[in-house]
Amino acid sequence: MNTENKKNNPWRRINTKRITATVKKLFIGANTILGADVVSALHSAIKKEESPIGRQVLTKILQNADIACHEAMPICQDTGLAVLFVEIGQDIRIVGGDLRKAIEEGVRQAYGEGFLRKSMCDPLTRTNTGDNTPAVIHMNIVPGNQLRIIAMPKGGGSENMSAARMLTPSAGIDGIKKFVLETVDRAGANPCPPIIVGIGIGGSLEQACILAKKALLRPAGEKNTSDKRLTQMEKELYTRINELGIGPAGLGGRVTTLAVHAEMMPCHIASLPVAVNIQCHVARHQEIVI
Amino acid sequence: MIEAKRIHTPLTAEICSSFSAGDMVLLSGAVYTARDAAHRRMYEALKKDLPLPIDLSKATIFYAAPSPTPEGKVIGSIGPTTSYRMDVFTPALLEHGLRGMIGKGNRSQEVVEAIKRYRAVYFGAIGGIAALTAQCVKRMEVVAYEDLGPEAIRKLTVVDLPLVVINDSQGSDLYLSEQKKWRILSV
Repeated sequence: MNTENKKNNPWRRINTKRITATVKKLFIGANTILGADVVSALHSAIKKEESPIGRQVLTKILQNADIACHEAMPICQDTGLAVLFVEIGQDIRIVGGDLRKAIEEGVRQAYGEGFLRKSMCDPLTRTNTGDNTPAVIHMNIVPGNQLRIIAMPKGGGSENMSAARMLTPSAGIDGIKKFVLETVDRAGANPCPPIIVGIGIGGSLEQACILAKKALLRPAGEKNTSDKRLTQMEKELYTRINELGIGPAGLGGRVTTLAVHAEMMPCHIASLPVAVNIQCHVARHQEIVI
Repeated sequence: MIEAKRIHTPLTAEICSSFSAGDMVLLSGAVYTARDAAHRRMYEALKKDLPLPIDLSKATIFYAAPSPTPEGKVIGSIGPTTSYRMDVFTPALLEHGLRGMIGKGNRSQEVVEAIKRYRAVYFGAIGGIAALTAQCVKRMEVVAYEDLGPEAIRKLTVVDLPLVVINDSQGSDLYLSEQKKWRILSV
């Protein structure tokens, strides 16, 4: 392209090769380095935990994070299904090929070259796809000329314990809290507590689930201050979930959850959609803004 | 702190009968990895009276699929997957000699009963500490169902794998008893 054309074209160009390399780096990084927010939440949890075995489990979790980081080993053998949130600035132009394919290629390279486990399979035959693709990609167009990529390897054990329900409007905030508590209680030791609980309220069925997943991207323990009702609900559910007694690794104790994050949006006059996305203590996500 | 019992596989009925829920165990010896797909295959083979690719007699199965092995290592990261998904297949495997299971999370009533009946044991391992757990694995080889990739059956030689007895052959359940002690809220 000559200078003349560049001048007339205000779009910032981002090559798909760079996107592939970025996605690869993010998934390897997220799978081997536990975020500082989670490490800090675990340190606080040790102080709070009264059960000796619970404290022992939490200490091992931190010790494991250290080993994983130093030896570049996956923190957990379940290196997850590859979930991505991609925010595409409306003033950029993706060049060099198909954006979705570029992202998938980044996932393929991360899981292949990064010695990460490939966990994706055909739902019915259960045949492994062999490269951990397809990824679950949520793309959104946003203002600006940047590209934000968030990589979130999501483990199957905690995803399995997640749930969504279409409550009636009359169920209200008490109905929401009851559903969250029941979901966490039923999950017990299965999702590798201490967990982080993502709650999505409102929208449609799928939007509530996306909100719940997005809630998990917030730094562990950061409050939702945009709505006082949510700040209060997060605080109350954090206390009540920790009164369930499930404890670290489900062996009993005071720390069942490290954080509760809720997100909300308006919904149809007929409905009250609620989704609870459970995250294990290996709460992994990394992002880059290009 | 409770002192851990050092136990070596194979697990006899006598060893299993000596366990009580809450016992800390350091397990050494051979254990097999098998999870969802391998369980389905073994279960179907048993239904058709076909031979199994591994000898289940006094055997221990670790519900796990490790991450790939990097150069210079014995194994990648490894840890337990959630056990309840294997519940539907487990009584049949116990009937054919399986004695020890390593996983995380609750078992069904049918499995708890079968553990009693066949004098077996269900151990809990801590999930999500897979780089640490990998250090207990001294040898690994794929021994069956290689086409299942991560889900293939692997024979591991472990040394001092830290476990806790969840369900013993008397029918006790550690998750239930411990969680009850700390529970303030009922839902």
